[in-house]
Amino acid sequence: MAWEFLTVYWREMIRFVRFRTQLFSSLLQPALWMAFFGIAMSSNLDRFTSSIPAPAGVIPVDYLTFMAAGVIAMTTLFTSLFGGMSLLFDKNWGLMREMLASPMPRTHIMLGVSLSGMTKSFIQASIIMAFGLLLGVQFFPEYSASRIALSILGIFVFVGAFSLGFLLFSSNISMRLESPEGLQGIMTLLTLPLFFVSNALYPIQAFPAFLQTLSIYNPLTHLVTGIRYFALGGDFFAVGARYTTSTAEALGSFAYLAVFAAVMYLLARRTFQQAAVT
Amino acid sequence: MGGDDIIEVCDLEHTFGNFAAVRGIGFTVKKGEVFSFLGPNGAGKSTTINILTTLLPLQKGTVRVAGYDVAREPGKVRKAIGIVFQDDVLDRDLTVRETMEFHGRLYTIPREERRRRIDDLLRIVELESKRDERTKNLSGGMKRRLQIARGLMTWPEVLFLDEPTQGLDPQTRMRIWDYIRQVNGAGTTIFLTTHYMEEADMLSDRISIIDHGRIVVSGTPAELKNTLGEDVVYLETEDDRKARDAISGIEEIRSITESPRGLSVTISTDGSHCLPRIIERVRGAGITISNVNLKKPTMDDVFVHYTGKELRDTGA
Repeated sequence: MAWEFLTVYWREMIRFVRFRTQLFSSLLQPALWMAFFGIAMSSNLDRFTSSIPAPAGVIPVDYLTFMAAGVIAMTTLFTSLFGGMSLLFDKNWGLMREMLASPMPRTHIMLGVSLSGMTKSFIQASIIMAFGLLLGVQFFPEYSASRIALSILGIFVFVGAFSLGFLLFSSNISMRLESPEGLQGIMTLLTLPLFFVSNALYPIQAFPAFLQTLSIYNPLTHLVTGIRYFALGGDFFAVGARYTTSTAEALGSFAYLAVFAAVMYLLARRTFQQAAVT
Repeated sequence: MGGDDIIEVCDLEHTFGNFAAVRGIGFTVKKGEVFSFLGPNGAGKSTTINILTTLLPLQKGTVRVAGYDVAREPGKVRKAIGIVFQDDVLDRDLTVRETMEFHGRLYTIPREERRRRIDDLLRIVELESKRDERTKNLSGGMKRRLQIARGLMTWPEVLFLDEPTQGLDPQTRMRIWDYIRQVNGAGTTIFLTTHYMEEADMLSDRISIIDHGRIVVSGTPAELKNTLGEDVVYLETEDDRKARDAISGIEEIRSITESPRGLSVTISTDGSHCLPRIIERVRGAGITISNVNLKKPTMDDVFVHYTGKELRDTGA
């Protein structure tokens, strides 16, 4: 087993910590989403949805708590989609040549970058959960300490699989593109449908059939399902809809993310193995 | 090809789309020598280096570096070589030590060994005091020295130096030449490209000049300069025609050309031995000499002769 990807990881993390603006903005952004969008939306939506009573025995969940899972997912999506950008700079500044000319297997470049992007997503998810608790997000209702620990682990596993898939995708695209502007364009274009055609901010039950079908193929939907399964349980009521997720369904969502990551790995591996410097 | 050839290139061709960047070149580099690869920009130099260093896939021909085929065993070639890139290829936000550390880890040098080599090399290139400085705060010369130290970290059998002194001041260049000689003295084969002809002249054991994707000439610096042959004496007198007659009997003179600005006399042997006699003859004929100048062929002349280009016109 070769461990050189840890070297790439190590350098990416040094950069993350040294590049102050990137560090602070990436930590602050999710908190701002929670603070402004979350509070504004929940104060409105809770007014409407409070008129729909939860069925007996089902835990009602307020909107802020509901969307907190969506904000974790969204932040993970953004961070991962742009996570490959550093490779583009490496390439344009010639730094990539040092790695390509070294005996390190080339797939380790994308693995190191992906691992660091995943770490950033873990840090961000932790911040959202901690900050959310301050704002009144009711994650882990009446859970025991061990169940909370297990749930956080479960959330991280979902966040990890999802971010890995998108980081490998982003690394692949970055390796093929010439300009950061191009990457920015593609990623911004992808962000909108991925984010809005999902269950991150609202229930998909009310979508038209066509959008519902699309949302089921959206990896973000499966990430949010997983996070809610661990944070809120398999049966709760929010935004006028009842959410039931069996363990099998949660596993299915994870399998979907794992397959997505595996496909992205195979595609990115091809790109990296063929990488040449002109 | 002999057993002591550390680089063997045979019938190498490379095209980008319709453009043939390298059109069938072959050369060898002997173990332990300093080999210079010269050529104007766009001549195929970078393409060749990129193939030799496994950064570009081989299209046609055979290339062996340090005993390994670049197409079949790129991993072994990569382990055996070191590269100092043309531009300052340094991560601005890493410190000097981290830059070295990163490189050492890419080549899986064990930790203790890595630390020892970093200490040694930073001392050699005199960057010990800058250990924890970020590379963006280093001067141009320090950056280049750091890159040389980095290239040496893996104890390569062949060190590729792509324009190692470009844009550096004369003192720094001379120090870098010293490092190159030291490294070569310790047994490392050096593959050098440069736009500075005197650099190639001073450092190289052998030189190849490439132009339009083909090698136009190869040899030792002395051989190359000798192929241009002759030293040239420039002479300005009060009467060039008479002066021409006066010296025409001298055996070593190969040709004399007259121009409005004076005579240029090509000499088949060492010009400095012939010059006193030329002056005596002209004076003897009662002609006053207003200006005299002896020019020996330089690598610049060799380069211009074979590529038809002035180096300074090719840009950087």
